[in-house]
Amino acid sequence: MTSVLTKKNLLILGCILLTFVLVQVLMSVGFITSFHEITLATICINIILAVSLNLVTGFTGQFSLGHAGFMSIGAYVCALIVMRFDSVAGFLVGILAAALAATIVGILIGIPTLRLKGDYLAIATLGMAEIIRVVFLNLEITNGAAGLSGIPRYTNWFWMYLFVVLTIVLINNFIRSSHGRACISIREDEIAAESMGINTTKFKVMAFAIGSFFAGIAGALYASYFYFIKPNTFGFLKSIDILVIVVLGGMGSITGSIIAAVLLALVSTFLQSFTAVRMIFYALVLVIIMIFRPQGLLGTKEITDLFKFRRKNERIE
Amino acid sequence: MLEIKNLNVYYGVIHALKDISLTVNEGEIVTLIGANGAGKTTTLRTISGLNKTTGGEILLEGKAITYLSAPERVKLGISQVPEGRRIFPEMTVFENLELGAYLRKDKNNIKKDLENVYQRFPILAERRRQTAGTLSGGEQQMLVMGRALMSRPRILLLDEPSMGLAPLLVREIFSIIKDINEAGTTILLVEQNASMALSIAHRAYVLETGSIVMSGTGEELARSNEIQKAYLGGE
Ligand SMILES: Nc1ncnc2c1ncn2[C@@H]1O[C@H](COP(=O)(O)OP(=O)(O)OP(=O)(O)O)[C@@H](O)[C@H]1O
Ligand SMILES: [Mg+2]
Repeated sequence: MTSVLTKKNLLILGCILLTFVLVQVLMSVGFITSFHEITLATICINIILAVSLNLVTGFTGQFSLGHAGFMSIGAYVCALIVMRFDSVAGFLVGILAAALAATIVGILIGIPTLRLKGDYLAIATLGMAEIIRVVFLNLEITNGAAGLSGIPRYTNWFWMYLFVVLTIVLINNFIRSSHGRACISIREDEIAAESMGINTTKFKVMAFAIGSFFAGIAGALYASYFYFIKPNTFGFLKSIDILVIVVLGGMGSITGSIIAAVLLALVSTFLQSFTAVRMIFYALVLVIIMIFRPQGLLGTKEITDLFKFRRKNERIE
Repeated sequence: MLEIKNLNVYYGVIHALKDISLTVNEGEIVTLIGANGAGKTTTLRTISGLNKTTGGEILLEGKAITYLSAPERVKLGISQVPEGRRIFPEMTVFENLELGAYLRKDKNNIKKDLENVYQRFPILAERRRQTAGTLSGGEQQMLVMGRALMSRPRILLLDEPSMGLAPLLVREIFSIIKDINEAGTTILLVEQNASMALSIAHRAYVLETGSIVMSGTGEELARSNEIQKAYLGGE
């Protein structure tokens, strides 16, 4: 094994830092206004959501329509904590608790539902997310349909960017690990995977748990950015929105999800001035892309495959 | 080496295997033949631990493995090639083979076994960077067999390896099976192509709607009238 400090890794680290500084500077000189900042927040949160859903749906092949449910758990848990402990420490504890709560619920939901396949799994996860929504709708502590407002804002560019990078790096590493290859083999052919001695249930639940963990973080960031959450923010349509990003970017492509999240946020921001036809245009863009790129923008490839970085295909060859 | 005693398997109310008993000795090729729906796949999946039994015992080298998980059985040396050429289509040939060794930790031996697989199936070596989905049917069958060998099995369970292949390829696959056996791997072979299977098998069992109705050496069964009529298209 080579060291972590390869030329490639240094280059990536450089790009990560440069992007951060660049946006930070653009914000301080006022080129990125507070209006743009909302788009920026949407992009960051959607990247976390899409990359984590991609692990479940794109890489492991488990079609989930309930990602917003896990996001909502993270949002409520973090909101309730940061509203009581109004400090950066409270915010960070809130994020951690949000992620863990979403993971636990993810495991509890995953164990029974992941036995199902395809359409059945999609419907089961959809149902589970609805149950979560209805629970929040009826709990006293979450203030029912009115939701929670006045959530202190701690989410800023620094935290959002940090968690986006963490999500991408950790999920990418998981996918390149032997656990990740087990997940991909399940997507490729579940029967073949189990006959290789791969415990398919374990890896499906693992992917689902990790996906929920990051969805919880996304929810936490959302809550502490937009001041206000209510159960209907995290309904069926939100799950679909996330799925659209994943499908559009390419099931099984992390960079695809990133690009699609950016692209869709920009398109939707741009269309905001045409309120009446906005949704029609948005849908049209999706239809057109799907007609010309049915496998999504990147398919299962990564944008980095374009550069001639040596594929680490020859592990034991 | 492998012994099954009074095995019973149900799918809901369907009684798929009824009190099946069979033995595979070390170094043998044993074939299990039978019509569609007889329960051949079910038998192999139960041996691999992918189906639950409701009664009976499975012994590997005298030790009961009836309640071990599927991964544990792979580690003990039971490897199954499932029906229908189940490759990982988007992965390369090499990655497919690599996954065959998923549960192994002995890196050096894995490398050696990979060389052996490439030697046994030169076409796989040639195509090792190609995605498996683009291989021909025969090449895919070789790939799934090679992948199963990557787990270093002591007993290889093959489910209809000749299904859907041209006659010439069928003969090649059977001769490879014989080679693998001669190199020291015990084989339990499920087949619909009874004549080919019986011609390479040391012993054979006939399965009919979940029960074993006949057994004997490959030659014996190949000569038997009932087998001739039912499975070999004879008069
Ligand atoms: N998952 C399942 N659920 C319910 N019934 C099943 C299932 N799998 C198999 N069966 C039934 O069990 C019986 C045995 O099936 P099995 O697949 O073992 O037959 P087979 O001998 O392998 O047939 P073939 O030669 O067509 O592959 C059949 O009647 C089949 O319909
Ligand atoms: Mg079968």
